Amino acid sequence: MPITVKMTVNGKAVSRDVEPRTLLVHYLREHLGLTGTHVGCDTSQCGACVVHVDGKSVKSCSMLAAQAEGAAVTTIEGLAAADGTLHPMQEAFREHHGLQCGFCTPGMVMSAVDLLQVNASPSEREVREWLEGNLCRCTGYHNIVKAVLDAADKMRATPQAAE
Amino acid sequence: MSTDGIGARVRRKEDYRFLTGNGHYVDDINRPGQAYAAFVRSPLAHARIRSIDTGAASAAPGVLAVLTGDDAKADGIGGLICGWMITSKDGSPMKAGGHPVLAQDKVRYVGDHVAVVVAETLDQARDAAELVDVDYEELGVVASTATARAAGQPAVHDEISDNTCYEWELGDKAATDVAFSGAAHVTRLDIVNNRLIPNAMEPRAAIGDYDRGSDSFTLYTTSQNPHVHRLVLSAFVGIAPEHKLRVVAPDVGGGFGSKIFIYAEETVCLWASKRVRRPVKWTAERAESFLSDAHGRDHVTKAELAMDANGKFLGLRVHTIANLGAYLSTFASCVPTYLYAPLLSGQYKIPAIYAEVDGVYTNTAPVDAYRGAGRPEATYVVERIVETAAREMGIDPAELRRRNFIGPDEYPYQTPVIMTYDCGDYNASLTKAMELADYGGLAARKAEARARAKLRGVGFSCYIEACGIAPSAAVGSLGAGVGLWESGSIRFNPTGNVIVNTGSHSHGQGHETTFAQLISSHLGVPTDQVEVVHGDTDKTPFGMGTYGSRSLAVGGSALVKAAEKIVAKGRKIAAHLMEASEADIEFKDGKFTVAGTDKEKSIQEVAFAAYVPHNFPPDLEPGLEENAFYDPLNFTFPAGTQICEVEVDPDTGVVEIVNFVAVDDFGVVINPMIVEGQVHGGIVQGVGQALCEAAVYDEGTGQLLTGSYMDYRMPRADDVPSFKVDMTVTPNPSNPLGVKGCGEAGAIAAPAAVMNAVIDAIGADLQMPATAERVWQALQAGTKMAAE
Ligand code: FES
Ligand code: FES
Repeated sequence: MPITVKMTVNGKAVSRDVEPRTLLVHYLREHLGLTGTHVGCDTSQCGACVVHVDGKSVKSCSMLAAQAEGAAVTTIEGLAAADGTLHPMQEAFREHHGLQCGFCTPGMVMSAVDLLQVNASPSEREVREWLEGNLCRCTGYHNIVKAVLDAADKMRATPQAAE
Repeated sequence: MSTDGIGARVRRKEDYRFLTGNGHYVDDINRPGQAYAAFVRSPLAHARIRSIDTGAASAAPGVLAVLTGDDAKADGIGGLICGWMITSKDGSPMKAGGHPVLAQDKVRYVGDHVAVVVAETLDQARDAAELVDVDYEELGVVASTATARAAGQPAVHDEISDNTCYEWELGDKAATDVAFSGAAHVTRLDIVNNRLIPNAMEPRAAIGDYDRGSDSFTLYTTSQNPHVHRLVLSAFVGIAPEHKLRVVAPDVGGGFGSKIFIYAEETVCLWASKRVRRPVKWTAERAESFLSDAHGRDHVTKAELAMDANGKFLGLRVHTIANLGAYLSTFASCVPTYLYAPLLSGQYKIPAIYAEVDGVYTNTAPVDAYRGAGRPEATYVVERIVETAAREMGIDPAELRRRNFIGPDEYPYQTPVIMTYDCGDYNASLTKAMELADYGGLAARKAEARARAKLRGVGFSCYIEACGIAPSAAVGSLGAGVGLWESGSIRFNPTGNVIVNTGSHSHGQGHETTFAQLISSHLGVPTDQVEVVHGDTDKTPFGMGTYGSRSLAVGGSALVKAAEKIVAKGRKIAAHLMEASEADIEFKDGKFTVAGTDKEKSIQEVAFAAYVPHNFPPDLEPGLEENAFYDPLNFTFPAGTQICEVEVDPDTGVVEIVNFVAVDDFGVVINPMIVEGQVHGGIVQGVGQALCEAAVYDEGTGQLLTGSYMDYRMPRADDVPSFKVDMTVTPNPSNPLGVKGCGEAGAIAAPAAVMNAVIDAIGADLQMPATAERVWQALQAGTKMAAE
């Protein structure tokens, strides 16, 4: 029996009738057409699916859509400003070539944004440990780490640039 | 001069869409009326299929079709092919067992495709797949590379009783025997090159879409080479004639070789879409990727290096058993032969080399090209044995290498194993790498570590590789079933911007940027006015795709040729417009000028005149669009040095990489930012192979023991450090851009650098991956030996 699941996604109220077993990631991808959030594994270990639920980074393959009932969800599609201006983290990934094929990127960026909410000036080690849940097969992490550290610097300098 | 041309660190054009979630990967595409496929896979490594009962599955809710190997046969769907014929040393052709898209009679590895269920929804397809009842008669299993050919082993293919695909050789056996008989010292090494699972982060996916009106098919698939897919699916599998089949590989989330190959799943989606008259979609779950993506490496090798008393290399002898898996994948046969043994000369003068390779079948997933494909295996053999020899002879490893390097004045250098190296300066990159690694300070760092009860070690890897596999006639004579040229076209639009179509494919490499930079330099059109199109057989000229670090050296060279044609035609148009003689027209930075005057026409004005030819040379066709095909003169030979420094905790066996340096010679570099990124990524794949990754099959049952990220240990951000990457440049004389290729170097060189470092630290030989447990065991064994 389908159930109705309502939440706010990227600032918009949404409601869909879905199978109870529907994961949040499938709710976003299949039911809302927000395909920026990716699926890279079936064991909750790659982080390609990271979104923010009520401001915190979450692997959206590891929760049911129903568990996000009433929550405010931000996906990669909702991170840039309405006029298309990139979030400082997105900008830093571009500046430092922190992405190649782009498949891990949405999850990486969403995860890194949350890191800076928790720790505004992380060390390289802290960045690497935080991102340990996000696999990237292309970049060797080097430029991702550089991007996150640079974004941290820039966001500290202009705090209003943050979310 | 353009500021965004060759050599500039231009930010990538593709990034905005990826960073905002607007990429279009295959799984992001949905076709109207789409149905879903779920595959029934063999749970057994080797079994005869007595019967398949599809009754319950067919009756399940939402099911549109349940198809088996018998249905494929009845519909005339052919098997998958291997595109490179290898000839054994006795002159006989390789033995390729049949490779049906859905199993017929037998299953040969865990994950082999038995049947497919197509249903209205994915959940219905999966649920019904569980209901397909297959009656198996279990057979004995052969899963070990080393013993696959041993007497009494079960035969993977009934008609190939010794599980041997080929026994191949390269080099001069007699001359090598002579070299060994005169040697002052021979170093011997047993080497296992561990099996890897490529693990591009985007799982494979496909949508087959049959259009009844035109009797034609479209395949959306995760491919590195859509035209090769179309060719094979058309000419060999027999899905549809080429002109009735369109293959689209949109944004592809990494490939590393694993998306070169033509797989059963995409073939079945196409065929099934005609059966059910609906688009049919399949996306791999990661568990399916582990089971059924073509794996990489898996060699067991004995190597011997003969030297004189001064450490001069006299000869190299190598015997390798290469595991090909249960079926020959698309290019499986050439990877452990022609992509491997011709690189065994490394950066060195080795007068005599003899290599033997036995390709064997086992009840495991097919093994094919994975980042580096053959060259990492060769580099690992050469660089491990050279460093072992240095240790045995008491010569500094850098010094031993220098004594044997091919000198910068010795090109072209003909190795004893096919290759003619065209340029390089190996000592330059070694020297620079040693400076960056502070090799001089190593002894002090080792002592300091020892004082903290830690073990430090350093390892070198001086790799060479062959990219842009070529020329077509040469590879054809070695058994290749295809040509290895590339195509490109440049179309000016009337308003002066440019569409570039390339036959190569980008799945992370950034061609949309690099190729635009090339156009900026050659035609003076800024990169933001250039759109690079790839990945659609309906849009791009026939091309061979992307693998073997070939896109720029071969595909970029095709674009240079096309650009030259554009300039040649533009010159005629400009001469006419400016009422000058064609011979007086010069072209630079996007402008045609009349020599010695201030008259000029921009290339955009010329383009406009070409499409609105009111004032146009009477003997010239309108329009400004050119295409070119480029067949390379030679392989390219990127080379360089990596130095890895590790610290081992003897209490836990944990290996930490404390410093990692890579100095590469890629020839001319178009975008250093992108090239460095390729190096970083390659290094981490190589580090993964050396320290943590291994695909393991249970030898008794053939079950894959490493079938998820819980068991297959991928390198993560906190496993690796940042790297020191630098370059030296010897421009490549064999192509018009002077480029060599950078996509695989990191993965090719890193395993030897890391393992040499670990072995230096612990003082004991070790096979990859050097997991904490293995290192700890090796240290314990050493301590025990010392105590006894
Ligand atoms: S899809 Fe891999 S962690 Fe969610
Ligand atoms: S950019 Fe390809 S997986 Fe990270």
